[in-house]
Amino acid sequence: MRTQSTVLGRALDNRHLLGLVFLLPAAVLLLLFLTYPLGLGTWLGFTDTKIGRPGVWVGLENFEFLWGDSVTRLALFNTLFYTVVASIVKFVLGLWLALLLNKHLPFKAFIRAIVLLPFIVPTALSAIAFWWIYDSQFSIISWVLMRMGIIHEYIDFLGQPWAARFSTIAANIWRGVPFVAISLLAGLQTISPSYYEAASLDGASEWQQFRFVTLPLLTPIIAVVMTFSVLFTFTDFQLIYVLTRGGPLNSTHLMATLSFQRAISGGSLGEGAAIATAMVPFLLAAILFSYFGLQRRAWQQGGTDK
Amino acid sequence: MNQQAQAVEPPVGTDRQGMDYLTSLPRRVVTVYVPLGAFLFVLLFPFYWMAITTFKPNEELLSREGNPFWVKNPTLAHIKKLLFETAYPDWLLNTMLIAGVATFLSLFASVLAAYSIERLRFKGSRYVGMSIFLAYLVPPSILFIPLAAIVYKLQLFDTRLALMLTYPTFLIPFCTWLLMGYFKSIPYELEECALIDGASRLQILVKIILPLAVPGLISAGIFAFTLSWNEFIYALTFVSSSEAKTVPVGVVTELVEGDVYHWGSLMAGALLGSLPVAILYSFFVEYYVSGLTGAVKE
Repeated sequence: MRTQSTVLGRALDNRHLLGLVFLLPAAVLLLLFLTYPLGLGTWLGFTDTKIGRPGVWVGLENFEFLWGDSVTRLALFNTLFYTVVASIVKFVLGLWLALLLNKHLPFKAFIRAIVLLPFIVPTALSAIAFWWIYDSQFSIISWVLMRMGIIHEYIDFLGQPWAARFSTIAANIWRGVPFVAISLLAGLQTISPSYYEAASLDGASEWQQFRFVTLPLLTPIIAVVMTFSVLFTFTDFQLIYVLTRGGPLNSTHLMATLSFQRAISGGSLGEGAAIATAMVPFLLAAILFSYFGLQRRAWQQGGTDK
Repeated sequence: MNQQAQAVEPPVGTDRQGMDYLTSLPRRVVTVYVPLGAFLFVLLFPFYWMAITTFKPNEELLSREGNPFWVKNPTLAHIKKLLFETAYPDWLLNTMLIAGVATFLSLFASVLAAYSIERLRFKGSRYVGMSIFLAYLVPPSILFIPLAAIVYKLQLFDTRLALMLTYPTFLIPFCTWLLMGYFKSIPYELEECALIDGASRLQILVKIILPLAVPGLISAGIFAFTLSWNEFIYALTFVSSSEAKTVPVGVVTELVEGDVYHWGSLMAGALLGSLPVAILYSFFVEYYVSGLTGAVKE
């Protein structure tokens, strides 16, 4: 008994062994529910598995079919369009809001707190509010525009392909701007005011101060924040599922909603998994972008690249 | 904290931007207050609309006359319908239970993992740290199909346990990453002193590191809880019976019936489902923001 406990005690003093023991709970959960499904998902993409029927290896058949499938092509186009437009607008508006919040304001802490509300509330639930705001018969936006005499009949926000695309993008921007703004604000607050004083003594205009002081110093954090923003937007699911379910005429289907429709509603797990797998190269590109953004940060802060 | 900041700042309206006092008031109104007001209006309007719709009787909801921005005869009928004629109270309880358990489980695993990676520095800990960061970047929308197959195989389909066990996959990487940053800031000397006094590593973790990392634990906990509360795609895929659903999924799948939308109770459901996280958030704003920005900056 005594020797056992000392053996155990000595083993637990060894930090290499103890390190692995401490890592165990996280490792088990992540290996079982993250790494394994990641591999399984890729494998499923190469099989013809259906719900309730194990599949066999079919090679690239799924991908060949999807490449020729007009709905998948449309979904790819929609996803890229959605991601590019929403990310650019989120960046511009987010940076603007961050600059505004960085000024001397009354009730600053309170304003900053309520700005983040759209980000913390469940997206599915705020999407329902947007669904009501976009209603074809009772939309408040249409009501206001009618009263102002700008339009003469109610806008069918979610019933026409392009209107639906822009309406869903607007809802996504509404949800994403607070995240971008608050993260960039944190970056702005690390910039020393003495740079601005020096710049204005040298006669730099407000625009020049922004262009040659704020922007370069903020670049590393912009890279990271926008990578996250692009990742979230590219893999978005809830907003589209609640607002349009991919309609009208598949014009708002994203890769994620299409893979849900094919795999869960349609039962073709293999095909759905192939669509999900096809998203991975795009995500890797975004992550590599982030990696180089982070590297740049090290030397800008006076450190060395590892 | 605010008071301290004000005491340090120089007087006469200067602020951290230094030269702002040179801009005149009318100019400030146009360049700062008007755009800021517009931002706040757009960001908050959907919540106002949610709330006002919740209390509007159906006649007012479906009429195009009168002022839609106000309620003439407020009613609690929609909330009553939601609480007594639907499974909404069940969903609320489920969400709390699932988010609570998933948060607790993730914090437990993350504290141990973060301490192990950051302080024990065992062989290969750097690579484990890197892979934790990569795990943080794997989005649920590419995992839900194979996870559904695994959940089904483990006979967890349509149970709350399925969600409690799968939510940590996106919570643990985030919490571990955040806590590693907090642990890094605690001086090594404290640990060395305790080791010399004969404390075991577990004692050091529980009695020295954790008390010092309380702000980090709160940040990670609040963040994990709101993320679990808001989760949608796993809850939609792994649960099908009404009793086991969470609020976001329940509202989206069960309150929408046929072509007649009950906007009043839908908005009431959205409002009541958002309030708990909003209230929790309002108590811990600073912790939440430091968690959000800390994760991005690290």
